[in-house]
Amino acid sequence: MIQLGAVFFGLGLLGRVAWRMGISPIPLYLVGGLAFGVGGLVPLHGIQEFTHIASEIGVVLLLLLLGLEYSASELTTGLKRSWMAGVLDLVLNAAPGAIAALLLGWGPVAALAMAGVTYISSSGIVAKVLGDLGRLGNRETPVVLSVLVFEDLAMAVYLPVLTAVLSGVSFLGGLTSVGISLLAITAVLVVALKYGRFISAIVDSPDHEVFLLKLLGSALLVAGLASQLQVSAAVGAFLLGIAISGSTAENATRLLEPLRDLFAAMFFVVFGLNTDPRSIPPVLGIAVALAAVTTLTKVVTGWWAARRQGIGKMGRMRAGVALVARGEFSIVIAGLAVASGQVDDQLAALATAYVLLMAILGPIAAKYVEPIGEFFQRRRQTA
Amino acid sequence: MIGVNVEITPLPGIGTRQDFMIRAGRRIGVITYRDGRFELILSKASDPDSCAASIPLSPEEANTLAGLLGAPQLVAHLREEHRDITGITTRQLPVTAFANRTLGETALRTRTGASIVAVVRSGNAHPSPGPDFLFDNGDLAVVVGTAEGLDAAAEILHGG
Repeated sequence: MIQLGAVFFGLGLLGRVAWRMGISPIPLYLVGGLAFGVGGLVPLHGIQEFTHIASEIGVVLLLLLLGLEYSASELTTGLKRSWMAGVLDLVLNAAPGAIAALLLGWGPVAALAMAGVTYISSSGIVAKVLGDLGRLGNRETPVVLSVLVFEDLAMAVYLPVLTAVLSGVSFLGGLTSVGISLLAITAVLVVALKYGRFISAIVDSPDHEVFLLKLLGSALLVAGLASQLQVSAAVGAFLLGIAISGSTAENATRLLEPLRDLFAAMFFVVFGLNTDPRSIPPVLGIAVALAAVTTLTKVVTGWWAARRQGIGKMGRMRAGVALVARGEFSIVIAGLAVASGQVDDQLAALATAYVLLMAILGPIAAKYVEPIGEFFQRRRQTA
Repeated sequence: MIGVNVEITPLPGIGTRQDFMIRAGRRIGVITYRDGRFELILSKASDPDSCAASIPLSPEEANTLAGLLGAPQLVAHLREEHRDITGITTRQLPVTAFANRTLGETALRTRTGASIVAVVRSGNAHPSPGPDFLFDNGDLAVVVGTAEGLDAAAEILHGG
C-alpha cells in the first residue's frame, strides 16, 4: 500500500512538473517507470499484480475514449473530406518505422508494429496543445483535426490486423480474425449511425454512479469478449466508444477522463517498468534518426493537407508541426507487440526512446514554429 | 443582414467554429465547445489563418455580450421599419415597476396606445410577448407608439 501510494504521489508530482514546463506528462511517466523497473535505480516489488491489471484497464480506457472522441457521423464525413491527406499521412509516416524495423532485421511482424508506432499522432497531445496555444479558431485547425480523425479510423482497421498477426495464428486463421473484426467495425459504424441512440440508451443513466458502473462494465465486457474472439481487448473498447454517441458520449467522456488519466498513467509506468533502461542506449541513435525523419514526414503531411485548403505558408507550417507529437497510442501498439512475445525485445526500448523524444519535441515545436517562421519571413523581407 | 456570410466549420472532437470576414479584412467568430463553453475569436491582421485572440466566455458572459451588440440593433431595426409611418417611434424602456408581474397587468395599450413588441432580458430578445409574459428585474421593453404614448409608457413601466 505504501509503495502504491508513493507511486501515485510521485506520478502526480511528475504530471505537475510536466504541465509547468508545457509538455505532456507521458514521457515523464515512462521515465518514472524506467527508473523503478527491471535494472532501474530502485526495483519495486509486490505491487506487480495490481499494476498489471491497472495497466490493462488503462489500455481499455485509452481506446474507449479514443472511440468516444469522434461521433460516427464525424468519422464518415471526415473520411470523405480528408481521405487523400489521410492516405498520404499513412504512407509517409508508417514507412519510416517499418523500414527501420526491417533494416534492424526484426522481421515483418515487428515492421508492422513499428509502422503503427511512427504513424499515429497523439490526438490527446495535439488537441491539448492546440487549445493551450489558442489555435482552435485558426483556419488550419480543421485540417489537423480531420487528419487525426482519419488516423482514428485507420486504427480501427490496423489494430485488429496487428493483433491477428501478433497472435501468430495461421494465415487462414489470421484472415478470419481480420475478417471478423472488419465485419464488426462495419457493423458498429452502421449501427452507430442509424441506431446510436439505442446503444446510448442502454448505458445512459441520469445517476452518475449507475452511469459510470454501466459504462465501465460494458467496456470491460466488450473488451473481454473481443479478446476471446482473438480480436484484441483494445479494439473492442474502441468500437464500443464509436457506437456510443451524442450527449451520452459527452457525459461519458467527462466522467471517464479522470479515470482514464489514472489508469493510463499506470499503463505508461508499467510499460516503463518492463523496459530495461540499459537496453535504451544501444537503440538511441536509431530513435533519434527515426524522430528526425518522422518529424519531417508529419510536417510534409500537414503542409500538403493545409495547402489543399488554400491556407497560407505560416498556416501550413503550423498544421504540419502540430501533427508531430506521438504519444499514448504508439506505446499501446508497442505494448501489444511486446506482450505477444512475437517481436524483438529491443522494440520496447526503441518505442520508449522514440515516444520520449516525440512527446517532448511535439509540443515544443508547435509552440515555437510561429516565432521562428516570423523571424525568417522578416529576414526575407529586409534582405 | 446583407453581405454577411457566416461560415460554419465542424471541429471534430471539439465543437463548431462559426465565423465571418468583416470589412476590415479580419475573421471574427465564435467557437462553441461540445460542453457548452464559448470562445470569441478574432484573426490576426497580418495572417488571416491564425488568431490574434481567442477569449473564453462563460454562457452568461456570452449572453451579455450578445445583448450589448444585439439590443440596440433590434431597436434600430424597428425604427427603420416604422420610419415611413409618421408619428410612430420605437424606444427601449427599462421595466422597473413590474418585477414578477405580467405584461397584461401594465394595461399599457389601453392606457397609452403604445405596445410592447419585444422584451430584452440578459441579452436575449423575447419577441411578441403575450399578456401572461412575466417581467423580471432588469428587463428592457422595446415599445412602439406615438411620442406622447411612449412618454406615458415610460412612466408606467418605470414606476406608475
